[in-house]
Amino acid sequence: MAEKPQTSANFSSLPVILLLGFFSLPLLVMYAYLFIDTISDTEVGSLTPSEFTLRHWSFLWETKTGKPNIWLVTLNTFIFASCITGVILTVSSMAGYVLSRLNVPARGFFLAGVMVLHAFPSVTLIIAIFIVLQWIGLYNSLIGVILVKAAVELPLGIWLMKGFYDTVPWEIEMAGTIDGASRFTVWRRLVLPQIKPAMMALGLFSFLTGWSEFIMPQVLAPGAKVQVLSVYLASLIIDDNNFDFGTFKAVGVFYVVPVLILYVFFQKHLMNIYGGGSKG
Amino acid sequence: MRILLDKFSKSFGSTKIIEDMDLEVGSGEMLALLGPSGCGKSTTLFAVCGIHRPTAGRILFGDRDVTHLPSQERNVGVVFQSYALYPHMTVEENIGFPLMVKRIASADIKKQVADIAALVHIGDLLGRRPAQLSGGQQQRVALARALIRRPDVLLLDEPLANLDAKLRLEMRSEIRRLQKETGITAILVTHDQVEAMSMCDRIAIMKSGEIVQIATPSEMYKDPRTSFVASFLGNPPISFLKGKVQQGAFVLGENGLRLPLAAVSGIPDGTPLSLGVRPEHFGTTAGIPVEGKVVFAETQGRENLYDVVLPDGSVLRSIQPVRDDVKPGDSVRWHLDSASTFVFAEDGRRL
Ligand SMILES: Nc1ncnc2c1ncn2[C@@H]1O[C@H](COP(=O)(O)OP(=O)(O)OP(=O)(O)O)[C@@H](O)[C@H]1O
Ligand SMILES: [Mg+2]
Repeated sequence: MAEKPQTSANFSSLPVILLLGFFSLPLLVMYAYLFIDTISDTEVGSLTPSEFTLRHWSFLWETKTGKPNIWLVTLNTFIFASCITGVILTVSSMAGYVLSRLNVPARGFFLAGVMVLHAFPSVTLIIAIFIVLQWIGLYNSLIGVILVKAAVELPLGIWLMKGFYDTVPWEIEMAGTIDGASRFTVWRRLVLPQIKPAMMALGLFSFLTGWSEFIMPQVLAPGAKVQVLSVYLASLIIDDNNFDFGTFKAVGVFYVVPVLILYVFFQKHLMNIYGGGSKG
Repeated sequence: MRILLDKFSKSFGSTKIIEDMDLEVGSGEMLALLGPSGCGKSTTLFAVCGIHRPTAGRILFGDRDVTHLPSQERNVGVVFQSYALYPHMTVEENIGFPLMVKRIASADIKKQVADIAALVHIGDLLGRRPAQLSGGQQQRVALARALIRRPDVLLLDEPLANLDAKLRLEMRSEIRRLQKETGITAILVTHDQVEAMSMCDRIAIMKSGEIVQIATPSEMYKDPRTSFVASFLGNPPISFLKGKVQQGAFVLGENGLRLPLAAVSGIPDGTPLSLGVRPEHFGTTAGIPVEGKVVFAETQGRENLYDVVLPDGSVLRSIQPVRDDVKPGDSVRWHLDSASTFVFAEDGRRL
């Protein structure tokens, strides 16, 4: 499936590349400038950096007073994003199968419900969720915010998975049951592998939404022990007393690096999402 | 193992597909379910293997009632029209899957897979994935997977539909050989009469959910019960003449051709009938002479096929050993072997 880009004979791609390059230039300059800014000092009013410094990155090795340790925060973010991914993948791969294939009572109701839930802006629920979490004692804990965030993301995941299961031919399942496999084995060994590209993509998207989520951790788990990177980053600008723009930018770059790495590694799988179905 | 369908009915929602079907397939026999598209062949097959629950009636394997047994416990092998191979597994894993779910030791599986692969001549393809196989090879893999559990019953749903003509011929004898070698009871679903006639011990012809006739291929060819059966068997197909009874004879059109037939005696004058004439019974050396004009000629190598239009406009087909003296446009006077024709009532019943 790794197709090489093809240059078609009657069409030169050079002008397109130039045009795209030209319009992307401002973006590239912005990113480059962001990075350069974090490792240099610039005099007030000037555009060109005047000296090299690692001062802005010092948050990596020294914990600022009143702020949690950056590595703890990073670990929290990883746990948060990974757990969300795990929950979403597990639940939507199963629920999607059930909605796609099994003749469950009120299937139509569930399908419509999932759709409505997906369209429902979750922010409006946040006060209610806050109260519920406090009431059951999960306020200011990672588990609480993981469960809430995963639940909010689930409708989309379930709906997507259902769509992918719909493309898997029935005959494969019929053959499986006739070969003596239980329905669970059929799902696990025969059907699930067919939608692996979709699982990859959903997993990656879930991880990224978890990684970038701000509102829920901010409201439901703001404590120093359970803080995630987005909340940490926000606390830097909210802090009026020792406002440090350089550090803010450095943390921003630090925050975005894992995302870039993920994209590089999973790009192929992301492209594969359209090539799913029953191909070998 | 004998298969028995006893008053089997199947409906989807309120649409009745099959009603009160009785069918018995003897042990070790290969039966063809032959019929036009949508007549319920696959539905019957899926009921036998347990994918569809019957709406009413019983299904027996031997003396065991399997009507309410899930397909996992029926021990049937099925080859689907689309083969339904597992695309993410190698050929070896595909064939071994039925054994794997039985938790048989993997060394045993390997050995049995090798044996069965040799039987269907795909021993050197075990490492490939289905996408890397040709249609005929995929078909063999599907067959091997269906056979590896030593099923009591083998069900084939149009297994040859996706193959080219030559492979089809090859696989026809191949499947028959395997079926005989393993002594397995088999049902073959097809809408190709040649396939049904050449591969099976008996044929069951179906029409809109009903079995019209069950017989051996030659019986059915010689003695069709309805015009539907007659038109389904035979290649090139039978042609029909529409006419009326007149004084113990079949008369075509107004004062046209007159054929005295034994089957017609005792039927009141004026009853509309149709006469089925197989192509090999027109253009014979003896019989009643019939005049007409050749409108179409086609050579099939050893034989020639002609379409002849009679004065009243109806068409008779004739197949004869190759000859060069007749061309389209020629008027001919050929003999019709009236004793071998079939007389059908207007509703299609054979008289
Ligand atoms: N799941 C279903 N729900 C409703 N109707 C169905 C279903 N499956 C089959 N049918 C109907 O039942 C009838 C028989 O279908 P079946 O698949 O048995 O035909 P068939 O004889 O195998 O035809 P073909 O040669 O085209 O495969 C068809 O009219 C079809 O529309
Ligand atoms: Mg069918």
